[in-house]
Amino acid sequence: MAFGKKKRREMGAISTASLPDIVFMLLFFFMVATVLRTEEEQVRVIRPEASELYKIEKKHLIRYINVGYPQDKRYGNEPVIQLNDDIATVESIQGWVDAQRKTIDEREQSKMWVSLKVHKDTKMGIVTDIKQELRKASALKVLYSAGQRDRTE
Amino acid sequence: MARRSLPEINAGSMADIAFLLLIFWLVTTTIDSDEGIKRQLPPPVPEDLVDIPPVRERNVFVVLVNSNDDLLVEGEELKIGRLKQKAKDFLIANGDGLLYGDKPEDPDLPVRERISKAAVKQKVGEYREFVKTAADDETKDTYQKVLEDWEKKLSAIELLGGEFKTLPGSAIISMRNDNNTTYDAYLNVQNELEAAVNELRDELAVAKFGMTYKELEDEYEKNSENTEMLAKIYAVRLVYPQRISEAEPSSANN
Repeated sequence: MAFGKKKRREMGAISTASLPDIVFMLLFFFMVATVLRTEEEQVRVIRPEASELYKIEKKHLIRYINVGYPQDKRYGNEPVIQLNDDIATVESIQGWVDAQRKTIDEREQSKMWVSLKVHKDTKMGIVTDIKQELRKASALKVLYSAGQRDRTE
Repeated sequence: MARRSLPEINAGSMADIAFLLLIFWLVTTTIDSDEGIKRQLPPPVPEDLVDIPPVRERNVFVVLVNSNDDLLVEGEELKIGRLKQKAKDFLIANGDGLLYGDKPEDPDLPVRERISKAAVKQKVGEYREFVKTAADDETKDTYQKVLEDWEKKLSAIELLGGEFKTLPGSAIISMRNDNNTTYDAYLNVQNELEAAVNELRDELAVAKFGMTYKELEDEYEKNSENTEMLAKIYAVRLVYPQRISEAEPSSANN
């Protein structure tokens, strides 16, 4: 060797053979931990913030109603309702609730939650209408979806 | 010639591939959070209902929100920041008999009444007898429900270590909004009202059981056979019930 005695023992390169395993583990972790968004977003929703939040553990019992400004300008500039993947009217909510209820196991149908994801600038008129329809359809458990903030002093 | 041994496949790029997958996944998924304020809507009102029993004015905490998101609380304009304290004052009323002891009665606030242990014990005894001697199953069930209510009260007195004062059954927080109120303002008001109840419950739960109300609930959720936890939850709820109601929307809203 050119440098003689000085570098008799070279440091072996660190084996990167286990790197793929580590990365795959990360990948699997994220795949398991994230919930895929199952529906397409037709409306833009910026949720309000609140401090007294409740987290529903049983995600399979939740059905979503989105209310917000339509992405597609053909639906106008005012907040509209999105049920599943489509823009819908207030009148169709009762039928939607009945259909959604059938997708849940019979024993747990009474535990269905309806999560309202409503844009914070929406006027209450439309929200009140939705609530009335939900009452008529006997879907009484609602969750007003919101982001987390601290309690006010 | 000897057979050449298979060269080892270079796995160095495997990490890159995996990273690519990972990044793709990170970018395409959104973590959906399902958190919010939970509410139980009232069942639909039958159309033939005409008579609504009158409620004493002092027992109702009225919150109105107009189309400019201004608040009118008990007839006075109020900033949202002060709503929570005002709601707490209403719920404490003339003292809960525990942490807040006794306070002078206010003509605008409900009157909490002390429930005496002896009277509750007597009621429990009475209803136990009724359940035993009930003629048919239906009356038995009704008596059983009343009995359970009284038993909850008794266990609450024992758990909280004293006779407390309960809010009258008609004491509610009533909220009404305009059709043009923004959802943000509406949810903010709901949140503050809920916070008022939760803070009072927390105070009581920490003082008596060394845990916040939420911790009690979480503990019970973990193990639903934990009847001791459930009794504690009921006790706190008895002292500070959550009664937030929303006015029926009317066509002539404001």
